[in-house]
Amino acid sequence: MTGYRVAGRGRVDPDARLRFIFDGRSYEGLHGDTLASALLANGVHFVGRSFKYHRPRGIMSAGVEEANALVGVDRGRGRYTPNTRATVLELYDGLTAESQNYWPSLRYDIGAVNDIAAPLIPAGFYYKTFKWPASFWNKVYEPVIRRSAGLGRAPTAPDADRYASRFAHCDVLIVGAGPAGLAAALTASESGARVILADENPEIGGSLLSDPAVQIDGKDAWNWLEEARATLAGRANVTLLTRTTAIGYYHQNFLGLVQRLTDHLPAAASSLPRERMWKVRAAQVVLAQGAIERPLVFDGNDRPGVMLAGAGRSFLNRYGVKVGNRVAVVTVHDSAYLAAFDLARAGAGVATIVDLRRNPRAALLAEARSLGIEVLSGWTVTATKGRARIAEIRVNPVDQNGKVGAARMIGCDALLMSGGWTPSVHLFSHSKGALDWREDLQAFVPGAPNEAVRCAGAGNGTFGLAAALAEGAAAGAATAGSAGTPTVFSVDGEAPFSGVYFRELPTDRDPTRAKAFIDFQNDVTAKDIRLAVREGFRSIEHVKRYTTNGMATDQGKTSNINGLMIAADAVGKPAPEVGLTTFRPPYTPTTFGAFVGYSRDAHFEVERKTSIDSWAEANGAVFEPVSLWRRAWYFPRSGESMHEAVARECRATRRSLGIFDASTLGKIEVVGPDAAEFMNRMYTNAWTKLAPGRCRYGLLLGEDGFIRDDGVIGRLSDERFHVTTTTGGAARVLATMEDYLQTEWPDLKVWLTSTSEQWAVIALNGPNARKVLEPLVQGIDLNGEAFPHMAVREGKICGVPTRLFRVSFTGELGFEVNVPARFGLSVWKALIEQGRPYDITPYGTETMHALRAEKGFIIVGQDTDGTVTPHDAGMSWAIGKTKPDFVGKRSLARPDMQDPKRKQLVGLLTEKPETVLEEGAQIVDGPYAAVPMPMIGHVTSSYHSETLGRSIALALIQGGHGRKGETVYVPMPGAMHKATITDTVFVDKEGAKLNV
Amino acid sequence: MFLISCPFCGPREESEFSYGHEGHIARPADPDSLSDAEWADYLFMRKNPKGWHYERWNHARGCRRWFNVARHTVTHEIRAVYKMGDPPPAIEP
Amino acid sequence: MKARYSIFSLARNALNYHQDWRQAWRSPEPKSEYDVVIVGGGGHGLATAYYLAKEHGITNVAVVEKGWLGGGNTGRNTTIVRSNYLWDESAAIYEHSLKLWEGLSQELNFNVMFSQRGIMNLAHNQHELRELHRRINAIRLNGIDSEILNVEQIKAFCPILNCSPTARHPVLGASLQRRGGTARHDAVAWGYARGADSRGVDIIQNCEVTGFRISNGRVQGIETTKGYIGAKKVACVTAGHSGVMAGLAGFRLPIESHPLQALVSEPVKPVLDTVVMSPAVHVYVSQSDKGELVLGAGIDAYNSYAQTGSPLVVEHQLNALVELFPIFSRLRVLRQWAGIVDTCPDASPIIGKMPVEGLYFNCGWGTGGFKATPGSGWVMAYTVAQDRPHPLNAPFGLERFTSGYLIDEHGAAGVAH
Repeated sequence: MTGYRVAGRGRVDPDARLRFIFDGRSYEGLHGDTLASALLANGVHFVGRSFKYHRPRGIMSAGVEEANALVGVDRGRGRYTPNTRATVLELYDGLTAESQNYWPSLRYDIGAVNDIAAPLIPAGFYYKTFKWPASFWNKVYEPVIRRSAGLGRAPTAPDADRYASRFAHCDVLIVGAGPAGLAAALTASESGARVILADENPEIGGSLLSDPAVQIDGKDAWNWLEEARATLAGRANVTLLTRTTAIGYYHQNFLGLVQRLTDHLPAAASSLPRERMWKVRAAQVVLAQGAIERPLVFDGNDRPGVMLAGAGRSFLNRYGVKVGNRVAVVTVHDSAYLAAFDLARAGAGVATIVDLRRNPRAALLAEARSLGIEVLSGWTVTATKGRARIAEIRVNPVDQNGKVGAARMIGCDALLMSGGWTPSVHLFSHSKGALDWREDLQAFVPGAPNEAVRCAGAGNGTFGLAAALAEGAAAGAATAGSAGTPTVFSVDGEAPFSGVYFRELPTDRDPTRAKAFIDFQNDVTAKDIRLAVREGFRSIEHVKRYTTNGMATDQGKTSNINGLMIAADAVGKPAPEVGLTTFRPPYTPTTFGAFVGYSRDAHFEVERKTSIDSWAEANGAVFEPVSLWRRAWYFPRSGESMHEAVARECRATRRSLGIFDASTLGKIEVVGPDAAEFMNRMYTNAWTKLAPGRCRYGLLLGEDGFIRDDGVIGRLSDERFHVTTTTGGAARVLATMEDYLQTEWPDLKVWLTSTSEQWAVIALNGPNARKVLEPLVQGIDLNGEAFPHMAVREGKICGVPTRLFRVSFTGELGFEVNVPARFGLSVWKALIEQGRPYDITPYGTETMHALRAEKGFIIVGQDTDGTVTPHDAGMSWAIGKTKPDFVGKRSLARPDMQDPKRKQLVGLLTEKPETVLEEGAQIVDGPYAAVPMPMIGHVTSSYHSETLGRSIALALIQGGHGRKGETVYVPMPGAMHKATITDTVFVDKEGAKLNV
Repeated sequence: MFLISCPFCGPREESEFSYGHEGHIARPADPDSLSDAEWADYLFMRKNPKGWHYERWNHARGCRRWFNVARHTVTHEIRAVYKMGDPPPAIEP
Repeated sequence: MKARYSIFSLARNALNYHQDWRQAWRSPEPKSEYDVVIVGGGGHGLATAYYLAKEHGITNVAVVEKGWLGGGNTGRNTTIVRSNYLWDESAAIYEHSLKLWEGLSQELNFNVMFSQRGIMNLAHNQHELRELHRRINAIRLNGIDSEILNVEQIKAFCPILNCSPTARHPVLGASLQRRGGTARHDAVAWGYARGADSRGVDIIQNCEVTGFRISNGRVQGIETTKGYIGAKKVACVTAGHSGVMAGLAGFRLPIESHPLQALVSEPVKPVLDTVVMSPAVHVYVSQSDKGELVLGAGIDAYNSYAQTGSPLVVEHQLNALVELFPIFSRLRVLRQWAGIVDTCPDASPIIGKMPVEGLYFNCGWGTGGFKATPGSGWVMAYTVAQDRPHPLNAPFGLERFTSGYLIDEHGAAGVAH
């Protein structure tokens, strides 16, 4: 046992000793400790440095509001976590932690020079300086500021842990398992309602964990607590979640809960995820978040050893640790006396209670007297001394007129302070509930709710155990409507609970020199707040932003209310008129990984693969990502470069036969008596006269007149169209079609079905395509006259049903074999076998692109960019001239759409045939213009054409259709290339190869 | 995250739906008869109210049906869910 | 003129424990009439006031703000500044703005902490790579700095980025604008406010506009919660609420208001020394001088004025961040919030005259207005002073929605609208 451990106290297990390392030194703690309680048990108070002035700091609280004691926790590679609050970090054997924000050591920190320079760097100083010389900001000032700011260090390795998430629905979600929350849960669950009770602590109980002496229903608090736990655990309709923080309260009672599953365990051997995000939709919510104690504001209130009084009591009663051997207390509230009394009874020397109030309750004074504690009522604290730990406090009497008398020094090794209590209204405020000001509490409490929510206990401004239990029970009963009856609890031994509020404590010294901290982590002092107001930052949001008050990792849990009260005083308005800054989720800082859950690595977004993908992989394909798909890009043979592979694939296809997996094409089945009329209205083309068995290239515009999608569309019967879309556009096109069908033309009898994943599509292209296909196809005459270009037939291939399209995206004799996806691979393999005599060559997307570019076929999204009309793309022919209307038609008549200077799609041939222009290269008229150069267009597609033995390109050029034959210039890194504008079709302009 | 009551499937999480913007903007029957300004008005101009908004939603990851919703753009309260073609319900302020 | 801010004035004031600093701006009651009333005390509105006074000598100006200065999107954005836009029209106005940023701390005698740590835009597939090249080529020919980085160069420039070829969306290339970066958002509003105030502009906070007084098609003044204020000209610079303002003035705009969410992490020591944007993976991130990672992504899909959004959007942006930076997984979200942005169909702003004479709007900046603050204020001041747009904002008139000449910057917006 160390000198500060108190035998017989606390919920720690004295037989379960744990070793831990802090800043390289080994210490001993107990199971049940937090890092903070274990350090205090070892007499360690000085555990960190503040953000701005690098002042030595200790442990100021025993909970999530901790602003000072942040540590880095090292659990091995991929498991380093900075900025962890020591007060909620459960101790485990082997825990290794380090303090933060210093160099070279915690005790001797160069950054502490900022503390000496403090007079030079008040709130907002950086707005006033570092402006000269201008170049120094980026090079000198800012790097220095950045290095000295920040807190812990970031991890250096990818997170080795995994995270989980789940949805949950319940009748009642109760946040906080203190007395009010427990009472609510016990009552609400009686009627069988599905209840989730969540608490951020390792065990339920809340304030009862620090108050073992009080009695509920005639039982000691901890016995009552155990019975309550057992009762709830025994109810199948109750889900009890400890180590679970409600982080955010969103619309319609949707709350995020983060459950910590492994951080308290010694090793990572567990197969559990580290944290789990519960996404809860609750019919009703009860918030019982409790209250947070306020620090007092006086010079030197931040030294190691100064802490909230309630924390001092928690460390003793919950963890069996006395925070000092000579403890002083300064308070404006009754509750601090309880800490002093408990500590005195536990054998810690309690020197003095300094009470700013002139007339504390007689009962408290009597008990203090009986315990031998001096009470200085009507006194103030005006300074503290001690570097690594508080050693003395300076106290002065304050007379009835507020005059501060002569000082006296009191030695101490810990100072407990209490400025009263602030209800935690964070979640209620997230839900947009109104906050009301309670003058008696000098605090905001929940007002009119915006959701189905009730608040209970200290978090509702209802202090006192009996009152909290009653309010919790009532809230729980109300969730069950008329069926619920509040459980009645009796309480004995309840302590008094009243206080007053002070801003800066009275002092006889110059307050402009005081370092009286409001926001401990961000080093915001009372005089910073007053300076901000003096400089015109009168809105509480301005005060916050100018001083950074409340913006530290505790998000103002201990600083907002003190900041507000002082700002209100400086502005000269009542606090409620100045108002609070907005509470933002999360309630406490929340691990990124907990939000991410399963969505990591391969699960970040599902990768779509075709039914033929495995063959491509086995045959050495290089893949490229195309929207969510992975597609075979090219099929290099051993030793081949990409260029060589693509050239070979192109040659093979033009000369004999290529095979291509086109399964990613979007497919939509458009069916019904009005299918043709629907197609007429959606697409630019005319569909009425398209005979069943024929196909047509379709162009889809947005209502703004710009090309959105395209694809070949086959008419299978009068009432059935097989529509294809681009790979990336499938979902969008279907959504657009459904939108028009359901909302504009509900009278049309048409049904739409996505069939993208139902059909595998194999494209066979090349002069020998028919020869290979013929032996495998049944029921379709492939003869050129029976089955001409742009026709579709249904039949069988390899014994399975097929929709066979005779279409070509290469300019060669081409077929697209659609078969049910489950037969895709087997049909592909059969075609490969059948094609061997013709050197059938699998090709990928790159060859597909090059071959189509040779023919001037566009790729939507590459040769168009959302600003290209059909006319711009040279596809006026695709517009059904006699149609009264189609989506986008009216927009094409707008004046800017008629402008002859619009960018139009043309071909480009470089002067040097070997020059392959960069896709995305800009085009200029003359080579010698100064920058900024007037650009007349850009290269959209550019390839080496194996067929022509030279480069080709497509480009959008201003007025391009009228400029064929003209010369333009293409500036690229290191060179200016000359090119001639041409037609977009480079190969087989007459289409002779198609009609065979 | 809203809970939206699809008129065909019942209450579902917002993540199942896609948003269709302001409702009750019928596509003109004869666009060619409109002036450029009238056409631009149909295409682009929106009420964008701070308050009750009659808007379209699609149960995209469910029944794929479109419907109308009356939602408050500040409180996000959903007061009415109704089918396409139904008139917008009056909402008490 | 106010006392200048400098290290010397800080030192001088330190001797007196900073008791003598004067207020950065006055809080006057509104006069009965002004030459120009600017509605909206955000960065753009305050910049408009500043340049009206400075460039055009118009100082009988009021800025009316319904809440506190910079309380809208100015104080809620992710502070990114860049000018790497595709179309000439956009490049010109954003580059004009960037040039103003480069001297802004000195111009305003207020350190706006403009930090040119570079903006890197990632490409994750061939299509994005092609678009990246197109953009960079155009930007460079427009005389704006930009370069392409290959994967090796990306690794060297930002070593903590996941450049593994087996990543779900492997990084294939990036563009880099070294002159881009971040600035301290609040300081921009405060600096312009202080500058405008010192030139005689009245800045009136907690004054909400409830209506416009219009007669014979010309604006006469505004109704406010502090009474009627006459104005020869009224400039509305109320991002997020432009639709509401237009409604009060009796017309509609091609604008929808949407929540845009952002978040910061707990502060850590310097780990990310540039701004990284990934349109495909869908996140952008930088590290503030305070040490916090500052993240943003896309808008929530629905119209909203609520300054909150769906947690799913936050989840998506964190998924994306951890995908790009697996070492960040154990950092923690400190605070999340939302602003309300005006989105235009072409992701470009509207800056110019309105159907009411004497009424001007500057709106529709979508997710990218912060970077434009100085330039936007500068052209808006010109437009109001001259009653006609400057050549830089002429392409951004309301007319384009009728004529069809849209400036589609969806690609440059960084995130999908």
